[in-house]
Amino acid sequence: MSPEVKPDFLISPEGLRVDGRRPDEMRPIQLEVGVLKQADGSALIRQGKTYILAAVYGPRELHPRHLTLNDRAYLRCVYRMATFSVPDRKRPAPSRREREISMVISNALQPALFLEEFPRAVIDVFIQVIQADGGTRCAAINAASLALADAGIPMKTLVPAVAVGKADGQLLVDLGDEEDKYGQGDIPMAILPDTGEITLLQQDGSFTREELLEAIQLGINAMKYIHELQKDALKRAYAKRVSELDEDDDEDDDYEDDLETDLGESDLMEE
Amino acid sequence: MGDFSSEVISQIDRRFMLDLLAKNERVDGRAFDEYREIQIEMDVVPAKAEGSAIVRIGDTTVVAGVKVLTGEPYSDNPDEGVVMVTAEMPPIASPLFELGPPKEDAIELARVVDRGVRESETVDVKKLCIEKGKSVYMVFVDIYPLEYDGNLIDASSLAANAAMMTSRFPEMKLEGGELVQTGKELEVPIQNMAIECTVARIGKHLVLDPTLREEMVQDCRLTMAVDEKDNFTALQKGGGVGPLSIEDIDHAMGIALERTKDLRTLLKRTIKGTD
Amino acid sequence: MAVYFQKREVVVPGQLLAEGRYRPSVGTYDDGERIFAAVVGLAELRGNTVKVVPLEGVYIPREGDLVLGTITIVAGNNWKIDIGGPYQASLHANNALRRPYDDDISRYMDIGDVVTAEVIAFDRVSGPYLSMKGRGLRKLTDGMILRVSPAKIPRIIGRRGSMINMVNNQLQIQTVVGQNGRIWIKAPNIPILRLAIKAFRMIEDEAHTSKLTDRVNQMLVEEMASLRDEEVDSSTDEKADDDIEVISDIPDEEETTEVEPEEDEAQVEEAESDEIVDPVEEETLTESKDEEDVDKNEEDVIE
Repeated sequence: MSPEVKPDFLISPEGLRVDGRRPDEMRPIQLEVGVLKQADGSALIRQGKTYILAAVYGPRELHPRHLTLNDRAYLRCVYRMATFSVPDRKRPAPSRREREISMVISNALQPALFLEEFPRAVIDVFIQVIQADGGTRCAAINAASLALADAGIPMKTLVPAVAVGKADGQLLVDLGDEEDKYGQGDIPMAILPDTGEITLLQQDGSFTREELLEAIQLGINAMKYIHELQKDALKRAYAKRVSELDEDDDEDDDYEDDLETDLGESDLMEE
Repeated sequence: MGDFSSEVISQIDRRFMLDLLAKNERVDGRAFDEYREIQIEMDVVPAKAEGSAIVRIGDTTVVAGVKVLTGEPYSDNPDEGVVMVTAEMPPIASPLFELGPPKEDAIELARVVDRGVRESETVDVKKLCIEKGKSVYMVFVDIYPLEYDGNLIDASSLAANAAMMTSRFPEMKLEGGELVQTGKELEVPIQNMAIECTVARIGKHLVLDPTLREEMVQDCRLTMAVDEKDNFTALQKGGGVGPLSIEDIDHAMGIALERTKDLRTLLKRTIKGTD
Repeated sequence: MAVYFQKREVVVPGQLLAEGRYRPSVGTYDDGERIFAAVVGLAELRGNTVKVVPLEGVYIPREGDLVLGTITIVAGNNWKIDIGGPYQASLHANNALRRPYDDDISRYMDIGDVVTAEVIAFDRVSGPYLSMKGRGLRKLTDGMILRVSPAKIPRIIGRRGSMINMVNNQLQIQTVVGQNGRIWIKAPNIPILRLAIKAFRMIEDEAHTSKLTDRVNQMLVEEMASLRDEEVDSSTDEKADDDIEVISDIPDEEETTEVEPEEDEAQVEEAESDEIVDPVEEETLTESKDEEDVDKNEEDVIE
């Protein structure tokens, strides 16, 4: 409806981007864990104006049966955009773009998950884009990682993701919508931080070999930072309650309250 | 929302709820004609949607967004704009919702909420005309449940209304065959807002705003749309094959007339608060 | 050799826990030299073993677990039972009824019935398989079922039952706690029931904190006191009796009816308390659907 206006410049004479950021600067990121009560795990992300909810159900019984795998859980990711998440209303039915993005998200997360723990089951990851302002598949991965952890799915690590692009020959970290639309390229990526294994890599536009390698390095730095935010968001979900209560740790209490023993009592069967 | 009789609810759950109802109690302690706590948040998609709202009724949450597009009018209504309301039952909102194309209950949700808006002529579509026969505004209201704990219809109806009432879009005019912005900002022309109110029949009890567990033991539900003049503009009996007596219907209508007043007040107060 | 976490620290997947000659256990994985957390949970060191006790997660069955399940399908001589989690459970009639039993096993337990059972086998390839041949295992008929996160069940039980016993005693309720995150509660009235729910939700929310038993006890003491105050206030009220009505009457006719041996060869049990008086020592059998069996024989239609 409202025709989009191409910005006069993507990089200002002062070297700043349309929203005032420096080329290597990320948008403000907000992450919240456990925001949806029905799901087994969930998370919300705001990355600039991009606003996405991720929910995980599972492991649970898989229907249709023909998709079951005998030796591990089937990971099913579904990325959907609300019709009103973009300026030109998106038609409600799943588009080919959404289906491709669903697949790359699944590929990005799968190496981090211990799917063999749950043969014959399915782990469903549902991603709902509420407002799309660039970098949605990466923001979705950032949130989905947290939702998976929130659901108690065993994982090697959380998976951070970011899109690096280019405008006026300058590499830009965490592409916004205009930069993606009117810039010179877009490289979404995701990584397993500890091992440095890259699990999502796509690219459009045009980059030289050196630019590409530099972009990936910039991305790795940005993803390290995002990873810290992810860890923090998870711990925050529990920390609030602990700090109020954790005084006089070493005193005995009337009910022989031994925290670890209580929680671990039925975990005596160890591998 | 739909008919969940095929989902197995345990005898204990069923009996527990019926026992409570027999003692004039509901699981969450509400009165039979009381809504759960309702929260309305406007303009949650400010950068891309013309209007939007998140509504929470208890633990049921839906988000509605409005997109205003331009297009050609229908040939039999050349001077009228178009309003279209859609809704889904996406698997993100509940373990009970399956992946795949909409099933009947999702279609029912969409059509019932749409009917609530359409039959009351909530939107003055004549004011959505840019140029007769050539160009009109098309108002799309799309609803996405995010958490399902019963009564998606009322939450969706409220969210659709809240989103429409707070929508803003640029005025367009035709200049030499092209649409250009005039610089003015328009609101969706709302003339007679209808609010939908759902009552479930469980045994001989009528309960307003059923939770999911109540829906799973309900015999049926009745959704009623009430407009600003206290006229009923849409009815839908659904959610189960149990019948309704005329006394049930009359009782339900009484509840609807009362409670839609409250919802209307809440909506207007929330909008005022955000201006 | 180094350990990188504090006592009671909440750790997240991928967090480095230890390096050197430690043994990785539940909730962790290793790369040969280093041990990492695999789930969100509380990291714990016991001797040389590093483990993470999960704070979230669906129910994965283990042999020996007591579970509460709802029958979803009757198929031949098997009931399929929903116990939560990704794996539907099976209960064979031989593990629930005394032989000989009727061909139509739905006579004894049907879709929608809730049972307590034990997991007797599960290896992720098949099962889980359940049995009701154990002390106290039976069909439940009254009360209500509360669902909580299975990861919090150990805390709800407490060391040697300290937490659950405290709650039961404070509120004078009966409970059966299933490892699969389902708790059966039988309370004398609705306010007490709501208090029980409040207590379990509180434990669920704060499972990762210490001194929880004390705090829950304190909360219950305070709430019970204010309940008693309210009762005193309304004791002159005509409606007082309604408030304190029993929601699950103990002398229920259907529960004490014994079925004639000729009509029903499965032995009958009374379900009025947790402690089952077991006339047959070797095996405890389920009660049959007394009322319905009798009614079916009389060809009544039951709702």
